[in-house]
Formats: sequence, structure tokens, C-alpha cells
Amino acid sequence: MYRYDEFDHAFVSARVEQFKDQVERRLAGELTEEQFRPLRLMNGVYLQLHAYMLRVAIPYGTLSGRQMHKLAHIARRYDRGYGHFTTRQNIQYNWPALSDMPAVLDELASVEMHALQTSGNCIRNVTADHFAGAAADEVADPRPYAEILRQWSSMHPEFSYLPRKFKIAVTGADRDRAAIQVHDIGLHLKKNEAGELGFAVYIGGGQGRTPMVAKKIRDFLPIEDLLTYTTAIVRVYNLHGRRDNKYKARIKILVHETGTEEITRQVEAEWQAIKDTDLKMPQQDVDAIDNYFRMPNLPQRPEGWSQLAISRKADPSFARWVDQNVTPHKNPDYGVVTISLKPIGGIPGDATDAQMDLVADIAEKFSNDEIRVSHEQNLVLPHVAIADLRIVYDLLLTDGLATANAGLITDIIACPGLDYCALANARSIPVAQRISERFGQPERQADIGELKIKISGCINACGHHHVGHIGILGVEKKGEELYQISLGGSGDEICTIGDITGRGFSSEEIVDAVETIVDRYLQVRTDKEENFLATYRRLGAAPFKDALYNETANAA
Amino acid sequence: MSVKVLTANRLTDGEAVWLGANGEWLDHIDGALVARHAEAVAALEEAGKAAIKSNLVIDVNVIDVEERGTNLYPLRLRERIRQLGPTIRLDLGKQAEKTSANAA
Repeated sequence: MYRYDEFDHAFVSARVEQFKDQVERRLAGELTEEQFRPLRLMNGVYLQLHAYMLRVAIPYGTLSGRQMHKLAHIARRYDRGYGHFTTRQNIQYNWPALSDMPAVLDELASVEMHALQTSGNCIRNVTADHFAGAAADEVADPRPYAEILRQWSSMHPEFSYLPRKFKIAVTGADRDRAAIQVHDIGLHLKKNEAGELGFAVYIGGGQGRTPMVAKKIRDFLPIEDLLTYTTAIVRVYNLHGRRDNKYKARIKILVHETGTEEITRQVEAEWQAIKDTDLKMPQQDVDAIDNYFRMPNLPQRPEGWSQLAISRKADPSFARWVDQNVTPHKNPDYGVVTISLKPIGGIPGDATDAQMDLVADIAEKFSNDEIRVSHEQNLVLPHVAIADLRIVYDLLLTDGLATANAGLITDIIACPGLDYCALANARSIPVAQRISERFGQPERQADIGELKIKISGCINACGHHHVGHIGILGVEKKGEELYQISLGGSGDEICTIGDITGRGFSSEEIVDAVETIVDRYLQVRTDKEENFLATYRRLGAAPFKDALYNETANAA
Repeated sequence: MSVKVLTANRLTDGEAVWLGANGEWLDHIDGALVARHAEAVAALEEAGKAAIKSNLVIDVNVIDVEERGTNLYPLRLRERIRQLGPTIRLDLGKQAEKTSANAA
């Protein structure tokens, strides 16, 4: 894992001291809210419905046990005993007092963490594939490049006041687990025919009120050009992005209005002027960062396979968990374990302080002291020996962390919604809970197979509803919550924005509506191998609309 | 009939508060100063501006409520959730304080 150098430590500590002073001045009345608001936002402090909220960055989703213990400690000491893992690989605390914020940031700095650039019109926390550095299908670990981008973008003087927020995601496998095509910049790390590493570069993706799939503007960008090319993109955006209308200020609108060809031309022209400047990365600098992310020295553990076979046979629940939540590792004696934060009927993404401590303990002992946070609001143990799966499972089971539903219908993404968020128009979490309860029976989930439901409580789409196989958007209509359904969205390498089915459903109707869609899918799929998305792509919306609206009409 | 009250979040801890008839910011909506006509609403708005200046609260808003017997019932779900706490965690927020007070 990356370790802060002297500069990083000094930089983060200086920011904590600065914010401490700003909070004191605010509480003393020397700063007005108007003056203070942008300052607190730059340090991740929002105001929600019930209290302040602190959003802490987890760069590219990677945490050590010590860091996770610290997050647990903060939840216990400064909050209400839990935290919420978000779709941007952050953690949010929902109840901290303003006066405690400097102390919390001090605690975070002591474990090389911060809340910088988790808000504001700057380059936000850089996200990455949560299986990075471990997945068997990976071409190369994207995290060194995410770290390079983090360092480059932190307090970047030119890019601290962009027209709007700016999000970068990086993946290192052909299977896109980081949803790069719905980011402002998406980078796909890959090898060319000569075996050299480089990036396919996508720009202008995003969700929110105007969802767009990113456009590929370069098929192969050599590693050494990462920062110069990224600078060129952000510079063109900074110059030409719209500042007159908040809703049209993201780069996706600029790309859309300018046209891909023209924007590519502008980026390339800008790049030509800077490509051989200081930001061109010498290989030794890349290697220095790369070193922090080397595959740990994992001992051979071939005995695991026979043990696993015995344990699977003896315990169907364990077998189900292994099938669903353990994915192939680069080292065949190991697996990548997804810890579901989606217990049946639970709150997606929430973890108690005790659960965080438990995960940290398990990681320290059984996963080379590494944890990942996924944009799907789960946790990941990236390096678990097959031989240790049983004991890890048993430990997870002690605190409700062994739900065998990764990628299934109850593994739902949901934003905090109107239960917490000042921007929301409708609740998300209770809808997720009711869907989870409706489909929670293990055999039923297994029969339905891979199906991603994503729920947002407002048009800002933090719950990624546009790329849900079934997406749900909560709106407010005549004082009531109303839920709009979209189908066929996908945030993976074949990225699509879901199609809205038609009129929305009330809170009472929405779970039945989802069940109607699922039942129709089960009727029309060719066989169990054809998952929901494939069926939707084959048949389109018609059979589902028919099920939703004609049957409703008939019933009425 | 819909009437108005003034709500905000307290500067120090962000807690939802309502302006009371006694001019204090209250932790609960009960006892909030109710404005029943335009002049009274204007007075609420003025009180809100003054409160921001005096640095006690932030995010001040006039909201619609209904008088239901002796209770004040916010018309928007958003405000009802602010009044009580997250609907998914009844152990948190003002609803939890009320429950524990009732239990005691």
C-alpha cells in the first residue's frame, strides 16, 4: 500500500491546522456561514437534514486494518456508532458536531487519511476497480496511476475552481468494475500489441440529470503521458465548460455540445503544447509509486482446495457464500472475498463500529492487512487463502457480515436519500430494504441470478440508478414520494443508460412493480444462463412495460 | 389550514431546531412560534435573518405546517423526517430522544 512521504504528511497536517483555525473563527462568529461554507466543503463537511455530515476519502478504495480501525474509532467516539460507505469509495459520518471536525481530521491524518476534495468543484477522490491488484482477470494494477492522479490533483492550483466537480475512475481489467464510462474521465489500463502499458481514455460520462456514456477519445495513451494528457483534458474543460448554468456545467455537457471530434481536437492541440513538459512521467517515478502496490508475497497454500471441498459439502450456506462472494485471485491458492454490506432487509453500505473493527482484524490476519471499499457499497478482502475461507466466513458470520448475495438482486446500491440527505426528494433506503426482504430467500435470489438494482433519492443519481439493470429514481410529486423505474442500464464495459418504463409508482406500489418485472424476466429468459440484462437487451422494454402497465390496467 | 413556522440547523452541531414563541431555538417543533398571516410570516423571515447574523443557526427556512389538535404537522415529508429522524433508524434523532423520554 502507498505510504505517505514527508511531503504528504506535512501537507495533510497543514490542512488540518488551517481548518481547525477556520472552525474556531466560525464558532466565534468571525466568519459568516457564507464565508465558511466553501471552506468546510473543501474539507468534506456538509450539512444534512439532521446534522453535519463528514465525507472521508478512501483513495481508490484501499484501506489497511489500522485505517479501518480508525474509521471504527471515529464512528464510536464522534458519531453514533456507524458509518456509511458510498458509491464513490468514501465513508460518510452522519452525526458529527462541527466543533469535533478538527479532532476527527487530526485522527484521520494520524493514519494517512483525509477528507480533502470530497466536495467542491475540484477533482474528487479518484476511484478504481475494487478488485485491483488481486483479480485474476486484471492486466495491471490501476492503483499506482490512481495514486499518481491523487497526488497531482490534490490542491492543484489551476483546477481548484472548475466549472463543476470532476470525477476520475481507473480500471485495469477488460471487465469494468469501476464504471469508468460514467465518469468525467475514465481510464482503462491495458496493454498494446507490443505488450506496453497504456490507457484507453474516455471523457464526458456521467449520471445526474443528464446521463451520458463517456466517449473514447484515445485508444492507447502511453503511461508517461498520463498527467500531460489529463491536464490537457481538464484545461480544455476549465476554459470552455459552462459556468453560467450549474446544470450544464459538467464536462459531459461540454463534450456533448462541442462534439467528440472537436473536443478531441482541442485536447490533442492542448496536449501537443505540454506533452514534453515537466509532467511527462519518468519511468523511475512511476516505478517508485508502483513499488507500493506490488503483489504481496503470498505463501503457497495448496492445502486449501481439499479443505474447501470438505467444508462446502458439509455446509450449504458456506458453499453458497463461496460461490457468490469469492472471486478468482491472481494466485490460484487465494480468493478475493466480497463482504456484503447488504444484509437482507438492512441498510445498504452501513457498517457499525464493531463490524469495521472485525473486518480490520480479519484483514490484518487473513488478507495481508488489506481491505477495499467498492463503489457497490461493499467491502473486499483482496488476498484470502482458499485454506482460510472457512475461518474468515465463520468470523464474518459472528456480526452479520456473511450475506451470500454479491451481484444478486439484494445487493442493492442505494443513496442515503431523504432519510439523511438535504438534496433528496424521496427515500431510497426503505425501498431497498423492502426489495431485499421480498427477494431475500436464498434459493429465489440464486434462481434470478445476476441483477443489479440501483436506487437514487433524487436526480443527482448518487445511487447510480441510470446504470442499474433495474434503476429506481425517487421524486416528489404533490407532496408524495413517487418512484420512476428504468431498465437495461449497465455501468460495466458495455455501458448503457437505462430506459424509463413509463409512469412512476407510489411507495406502496414500487416493490410489487419490481417483482412484476422480475417475474416477467423469469418467464421470458431463454434459460438460467441468460441474465436479466442479456434478456432485456434481446427483447427490449416491451415485455416489461406490458407486464407493468397492462396488467396494472387490467387489475384496475 | 396551513400555517408557517421557522426552522433551521444549529451552528454548533447541525441539529434541526425551530424558533419558539419565546424567541429561543427549540430542539422540538412543539412550542414553535406559529405565523398565521402575512405580517407574521414576514416577522418570521426577519427573525431568521437576525438569527443568521447572531450566528446561532444556519440554513433558515420558513416551512408549512398544519395545526392538528395541539400538534404541529409539517406538510412536507422532508420536514417530518427532520422533525423525527431517519425513518430507517428509529433509535436515532429526535424520535429516539422522545421514545427514551417516554420510556423513562
